Amino acid sequence: MNLVERILARASGKSSVSPNDVVFAKVDRAMLHDVSGPGVIKVFERIAGQGIPTDKLWDPDRVWVAEDHFVPSAEKISAENIARLSEFTSRYGIKNHFRYGMGQYGICHTISHEEAMVMPGDVYVGGDSHTNTTGALGAFACGLGHTDMAYVLLNGEIWFKVPETMYFRLNGRLPSHVMAKDLILRIIGDIGTDGGAYRTMQFGGTGIEEMSVEGRLTLCNMTTEAGAKNGIVRPDQKTAAYLEERMRGAGREATAKVSLGRGGADYSEPDGADSDYAEVYEYEAPELEPVVAEPFSPENTRPVSEAPSVELDKSYIGSCTGAKYEDLEAAARVLKGRRVRIRTEVLPAAISIYRRAMESGLLKIFLDAGATVGPPTCGACCGAHMGVLGKDEVCISTTNRNFPGRMGHVESRTYLASPMVAAASAVTGRITDPREIAHAA
Amino acid sequence: MEPFRTVRSVTTPLDKINIDTDQIVPKQFLKLVQRSGFGRYLFYDWRYERRGDGSGDASVVPRPDFVLNHPRYKGSAILATGENFGCGSSREHAVWALADHGFRAVIAPSFADIFYNNCFKNGVLPVTLERGEVRDILKFEGDIEVDLEAKEVRMYGPGDHAGPSHVARFEIEPHRRTVLLEGLDEIAQTLKYEKEIAEFERESGLTGDAAPPLPPDKPPGT
Repeated sequence: MNLVERILARASGKSSVSPNDVVFAKVDRAMLHDVSGPGVIKVFERIAGQGIPTDKLWDPDRVWVAEDHFVPSAEKISAENIARLSEFTSRYGIKNHFRYGMGQYGICHTISHEEAMVMPGDVYVGGDSHTNTTGALGAFACGLGHTDMAYVLLNGEIWFKVPETMYFRLNGRLPSHVMAKDLILRIIGDIGTDGGAYRTMQFGGTGIEEMSVEGRLTLCNMTTEAGAKNGIVRPDQKTAAYLEERMRGAGREATAKVSLGRGGADYSEPDGADSDYAEVYEYEAPELEPVVAEPFSPENTRPVSEAPSVELDKSYIGSCTGAKYEDLEAAARVLKGRRVRIRTEVLPAAISIYRRAMESGLLKIFLDAGATVGPPTCGACCGAHMGVLGKDEVCISTTNRNFPGRMGHVESRTYLASPMVAAASAVTGRITDPREIAHAA
Repeated sequence: MEPFRTVRSVTTPLDKINIDTDQIVPKQFLKLVQRSGFGRYLFYDWRYERRGDGSGDASVVPRPDFVLNHPRYKGSAILATGENFGCGSSREHAVWALADHGFRAVIAPSFADIFYNNCFKNGVLPVTLERGEVRDILKFEGDIEVDLEAKEVRMYGPGDHAGPSHVARFEIEPHRRTVLLEGLDEIAQTLKYEKEIAEFERESGLTGDAAPPLPPDKPPGT
């Protein structure tokens, strides 16, 4: 069995499972945010009307809640949704509710790793499509609709069809100007936005072993854009160290020990033979280049070196995809000592990242360059608020989608890119390879 | 939920691939959580435009060239469209909008996974057909009949009084078919088997090695 099969077998109490088996799996963790939370509340109200008891959750200690899409409250309705969410968590006794303006909060997927809310080998579901992100910790992580989430909250389990696994092997180390974002854009360009439909996308090989946990998170995050059920990376010592550091940082010293296996299953076992996977793709890391995805699809990719010379209005460095600490660090390396020529917004994806960026001086680099630094929020990535695009505006963005209207007006245009490309482009005002900037220095 | 057996109507053709949930219901409506009334936001940015008369009126008017605004498709209960329909976010609002508008079935060569799952929770049947067959349906001007019991899509041209001019077969997982045929809520459906599930779990020892609970939230400000 490959990694996903081992996790789903464990969670469904079977000795083995195969692709396309339907299994009823125990859920280890579940997440709601300020869009899916109110949606689930609505489902609860409806089924309560049908006589289904909704007075308690299966296990409030395994449920956590984030505030991210419309915070800081964009207007009255979103403020009311936040109030409704608070009422929900207090009614059901959910202790892990990350509230904006009260210490740590941020984009739900970022909180999942920054607060070590999900462990290797977990079955983790969330009311958001980018729940796939957290598979980078070695969990089976996927998004569900509101009704399915409501079911999980009441019963602690859900059925899955065991997905086939596509294996992406990265050989060698990425060049310093190429980021995980470039690799995942390249992959989506190769397989298309439905290339991973109802399949697992697993990443492995020496390039992934070399890669930081945050790079792996970027890869798994955008498996959603390839239509994948989930993305996953085999957990290793790096994963354990990353999580333990965050558990200690969160005052959980007593339990800061991460296990890479459970119930006899060792999830850190080396990835198996190619025959364990439905398809295997190979990428040579040293040959990869910075990539952009042009409007209006994440699959419209081409190397930055071949991108048209487009005049940009804005550079957006934010979101669960592109505003983790290392993303900000990479952008700051490019922006250090330079000035932005177009409007540039930097929104760290969680308060813990914001704080580190402040303490290490990254925020000063951004401000010195002329960029605006904003609070953690999904904000303009989903076109919700704070920096959305107007008609005909052109943006280069570290986010994950560039469908028409995704970041604002339906006639605005978004180019998806890595934090380094977004930062280099902020300096020149057109789509720019970070190497160009390095040479200019 | 209303059981789904057979639905017959003209088919609204929306010949685009990769229609994402943001096109189906733009994000500005996600803050609303009532399940009814979403039909008016369906394909909002394609369906409406701001008044262009310079009056400063902020209200919107229907775009006459968008297919949903064409009188021919008023009351249509079947939408036909391209590959990977419903990709993008997990918002269930997308299905709420389709259902509220009156669509009972969507025919496409492929669907995005979460959207596909969400359909069954809301009485909408996603029908997967070969690309060539969907192409024919997109061009077809007669009535289409979707029969879930027989797992058939039947095409009736204007002169086809004796029977359909073409029949396409589709596949669907048996339990999903049951859910729609009986109009069952999937939650209610599963709860019918609560006892069996509990027994199965006891027998398979599905209790011992679950993850430890999450730690309590830290005090604010830490």
